[in-house]
Amino acid sequence: MTEIETQVIDILVLSLLAITAVTIVRMRELWSAVMLTGLFSFLGASWMVILDAPDVAITEAAVGAGISTFLMLATLALTNREAKLVTKRSRISLVVVVVTGVILVFGTFDMPRYGDPNAPIHLHVAPQYLADEVPSTTGHHAEVHVPNVVTAVLASYRGYDTLGETVVIFTAGIGVLMLLRDRNPKKSPSKADKARS
Amino acid sequence: MSSLPGLFNYWIVIMLMMTGFYIVISRGNLIKKVIGLNIFQISVFLLYISMGKVAGGTAPIKPAKSFESGSALQTFTNPLPSVLILTAIVVGVATTAMALALIVRIHEAYGTIEEDEILDMDQET
Amino acid sequence: MKHHTILRIVSKLLIPYILLFAFYVQFHGDYGPGGGFQAGVIFASGFILYGLVFGLKQTRRVAPPAVIEALIACGVLIFAGTGVAAMLLGGNFLDYGLLEHHLLEGYLPHGQHLGILLVELGVGITVAAVMIAIFYSFAGRELKR
Repeated sequence: MTEIETQVIDILVLSLLAITAVTIVRMRELWSAVMLTGLFSFLGASWMVILDAPDVAITEAAVGAGISTFLMLATLALTNREAKLVTKRSRISLVVVVVTGVILVFGTFDMPRYGDPNAPIHLHVAPQYLADEVPSTTGHHAEVHVPNVVTAVLASYRGYDTLGETVVIFTAGIGVLMLLRDRNPKKSPSKADKARS
Repeated sequence: MSSLPGLFNYWIVIMLMMTGFYIVISRGNLIKKVIGLNIFQISVFLLYISMGKVAGGTAPIKPAKSFESGSALQTFTNPLPSVLILTAIVVGVATTAMALALIVRIHEAYGTIEEDEILDMDQET
Repeated sequence: MKHHTILRIVSKLLIPYILLFAFYVQFHGDYGPGGGFQAGVIFASGFILYGLVFGLKQTRRVAPPAVIEALIACGVLIFAGTGVAAMLLGGNFLDYGLLEHHLLEGYLPHGQHLGILLVELGVGITVAAVMIAIFYSFAGRELKR
């Protein structure tokens, strides 16, 4: 693709992201806000593809635009459909948000330039993972000949973290089941009632 | 490859983050707060993945030939931020599910999901 | 949803491909983008689509809630079990280099490859089961006004 085309796509996706976010702020009707959040997730996934992270893009698209949207719609079906008018806090919130934003932008001046190949995070452990030559403290030399480096790091080099995260998902599932378990299920007719009728 | 110069990418992502933050602190409806948290979350993911990008690199998937030939590796984008964010996304949806389950229970207990009405009801009793 | 003919027919056509795509993403996670997390979510989306179009009662017959709740634990067990198996074979926890065997040389994976496959399978099973269980919890909750 030519330089102009990539620039046009980048600016288009970024501006759509910004416009969607600002629109969600002003939406009072919650159904539309949830749909716009799904759209925001999808645009975020597209931006991740442009940033060369296809694994993350697949996950974000499936989770954000699929599961998350469905969960919020189910919650809406069980509660209200519209939010109340804006409260008195909006002016001070705006001030807090702008101050935080300015501080964060001030913090980015120390960051390496976007795309810099000599940034510190690219120099220490990442080249070892990409070249499959991780020195091991035990006798076994951990050589994982797997083409997808992200899966290799996730499942083998950093397997402990993945175990912890799986347990977190397990716990969250158990938590939702406990919160929404039906304590008094509708009494279905027992076998004695059925025999009598 | 995004061709916007220098730090402009980070600033746009920070603006998205602040939009999500604004929704969380200024809106009283609980579901709106969860939506704001979601926007904040996605922006943080975009920030991390932007930090991992290497100019002129491709996705970190090695072509099968490189194992045998031993040729110099082409430039790859850093895989580590992708690994972190991958698990963060699924953990994020799990916690969002828990938050929404709590909202359903709050609605059944109080009859409303507006924060100020819930606080008023709590102070009356 | 009995009157939404287009939705029902298109879902019937699409759901097998969604599930097949989930298996593809799961087992091709080593060679292309993919892995356990993505595959679990896509697999659950197939079931959620079925539940939304054909009704909750029908879906509960296809995927009973008791089985789904057991699967949540099975996934974590498979993951941790791989680690413990490596420990029993004499190495550290989750040291896949010890999972060597010589059955069907060249066909079955062994070593690091087998370890990664089993671990991603465990992750995929847990994530899919958790998403379907959350769907059952939300959709099965009656409107208490």
